[in-house]
Amino acid sequence: MDLFEYQGKQLFADHGVPIQQGRVATTAQDARAAAAELIAAGKPGVVIKAQVKAGGRGKAGGVKLARDPDEAQAKAEAILGMDIKGHIVHSVLVAEDIDIAQEYYLSFLLDRAERTFLSMCSVEGGVEIEEVARTKPEALAKIPVSPLTGVDAAKAAEIVAAGRLPEEARPGAAELAERLWAVFTGEDATLVEVNPLVLTGDGRVIALDAKVTLDDNAAFRHDVSQFADPGAADPLEMRAKEKHLNYVKLDGQVGIIGNGAGLVMSTLDVVAYAGEEFGGVRPANFLDIGGGASAEVMANGLEIVLADPSVRSVLVNVFGGITSCDAVANGIVSAIGMLGARGEVVSHPIVVRLDGNNAAEGRRILDAAEIPVVEQVGSMDDAARRAAELAAAATGA
Amino acid sequence: MAIFLTGQSRIIIQGVTGSEGRRHGARMLRAGTRVVGGTNPRKAGQTVELAETPVPVFGTVAEAMDATGADVSVIFVPHAGTKDAVIEAVDAAIPLAIVITEGIPVHDTAEFWAYACAHGNRTRIVGPNCPGVASPGKSNAGIIPADITSEGRIGLVSKSGTLTYQMMYELGDIGFSTAVGIGGDPIIGTTHIDCLQAFQDDPETDAIVMIGEIGGDAEERAAGYIERHIGKPVVAYVAGFTAPEGKTMGHAGAIISGSAGTAAAKKEALEKVGVRVGRTPSGTAALVREIMLAR
Repeated sequence: MDLFEYQGKQLFADHGVPIQQGRVATTAQDARAAAAELIAAGKPGVVIKAQVKAGGRGKAGGVKLARDPDEAQAKAEAILGMDIKGHIVHSVLVAEDIDIAQEYYLSFLLDRAERTFLSMCSVEGGVEIEEVARTKPEALAKIPVSPLTGVDAAKAAEIVAAGRLPEEARPGAAELAERLWAVFTGEDATLVEVNPLVLTGDGRVIALDAKVTLDDNAAFRHDVSQFADPGAADPLEMRAKEKHLNYVKLDGQVGIIGNGAGLVMSTLDVVAYAGEEFGGVRPANFLDIGGGASAEVMANGLEIVLADPSVRSVLVNVFGGITSCDAVANGIVSAIGMLGARGEVVSHPIVVRLDGNNAAEGRRILDAAEIPVVEQVGSMDDAARRAAELAAAATGA
Repeated sequence: MAIFLTGQSRIIIQGVTGSEGRRHGARMLRAGTRVVGGTNPRKAGQTVELAETPVPVFGTVAEAMDATGADVSVIFVPHAGTKDAVIEAVDAAIPLAIVITEGIPVHDTAEFWAYACAHGNRTRIVGPNCPGVASPGKSNAGIIPADITSEGRIGLVSKSGTLTYQMMYELGDIGFSTAVGIGGDPIIGTTHIDCLQAFQDDPETDAIVMIGEIGGDAEERAAGYIERHIGKPVVAYVAGFTAPEGKTMGHAGAIISGSAGTAAAKKEALEKVGVRVGRTPSGTAALVREIMLAR
């Protein structure tokens, strides 16, 4: 889960990482009030920062300086509602303006390839770090960090020295790095990035930005409800989540239900290939109903997939392993019955491909149920083609 | 001979008294696997009935190994306790630990992996979030259905569970020496490369199928390894060509951010070193069939 800057900074503050003073505002009036508070506390001005989960906010005009509350309100007015790379700005961070002497870069992240953690540090901050990595790779230090030993004072000193930070910034930066590591481990983050990390005119080192990604697998041991972002998620994805379904909305016409992440991803690909023959029909979603494929899960899945108005046909692609195909077939039959009982008449064609354990019996059960909208196809490739064809025909009609 | 798991493998289950441990323990026994015990520190000294067979429960992996000569542990311990379970297996120096549990925080996996490395890698870790290892006709350690395929001479290594099953089923008439589900998490113990080398060294494996998916660069690394070290024919399949950027698709690792890790990049890297890459699972199976029937 990616956090907004203000949420990341809250976690920074919880672990003692120095940040600017400020708070989030969702209206221009509130931004004015926030600015007034900071200026009354003696701050020379404020910076209004768009809160979106995308980079390049400054270039897009989403970061503005304001010297007084009136100006803060006007700038917030302009920023709220902006579209930055497809993200609508719903809130702004109003923070004290900082006298910046120098800008650096510091992060901790997961290094998948080396199966460990990594710190990256550079004296070249405040610019896109990908750009630094490309044009001046020697300026970006990459220091492996063992999950067993972590970052102590000595390791933190090593990191900021490797990043070639100037002597005057090193003690403050090292202390900040140690605390940032506490954010990384304590909050189960897979990324904490500070760009820029700044040295202020009066010699302090503070985190001017915060980019934090939390590990969804660790949500069970943290309170992450505070980070829920209902505005951003697709409404169908929200509904699916409530029903504990692993659903991702896409932009095509063929609804997909399958079991196992790999098989479902593969099904999306096969449908997209088949769709090329039928005017570019595409998969409408990813939905993995898991190994069990019970009637209730199947009914919930069908309900979500069919609630997508762009869906024209559905492909149910199940490999019967430990849950054999007869159980899956019974699940499909009951699911359609359940949907009928909920008042949802299934009118779109449903192409079913059952393979694996007890497939013959599963197919017999589905045939015997004589459900008009259900059509069985033997292989995954043929089933994908048929579902694409039916979607194309329905789109044309 | 098969790799990692043979008919002689003696298997214990960590978390044998939980619902998953019991269910799959019974399945494994019915498939002819030598399940010799299990662990649960709170139920040491008891027995658990799996497929009408009483199986002894021990307090620790070390005790279970002493008493039974076990050399493989299959771990079903729920995610909050998985890290400690793996570390216990590593401390006992059991040769193979297969971590089935899904949803493990990546900090926990990073820690138990670092721990295993710091202790000399005496334990091969497969997983986490994987379906396990199956050597058809010999032994079945994990959740791979035992009756979808047969014993043969194809080796299979895969990030994905159901795609593994699909491939084993489609090529069931030709059969497999061993199928290894390595799991799709961002950090895993045994990699594609480890399995490729083991299959290369296995006299009972003639060809290798490798299934990958979006995320990370494991397939690209495997391609480089194949070019230098693998003489046996390799056929690959990669899932996730239509997956959108920045969205997680089930596996924690199946996410693309930026340009690296795309299915297209993986396919290109593999084809560049002469690996044939199937367009669909069935197309991939057909390529393998062609190679095996031409032998």
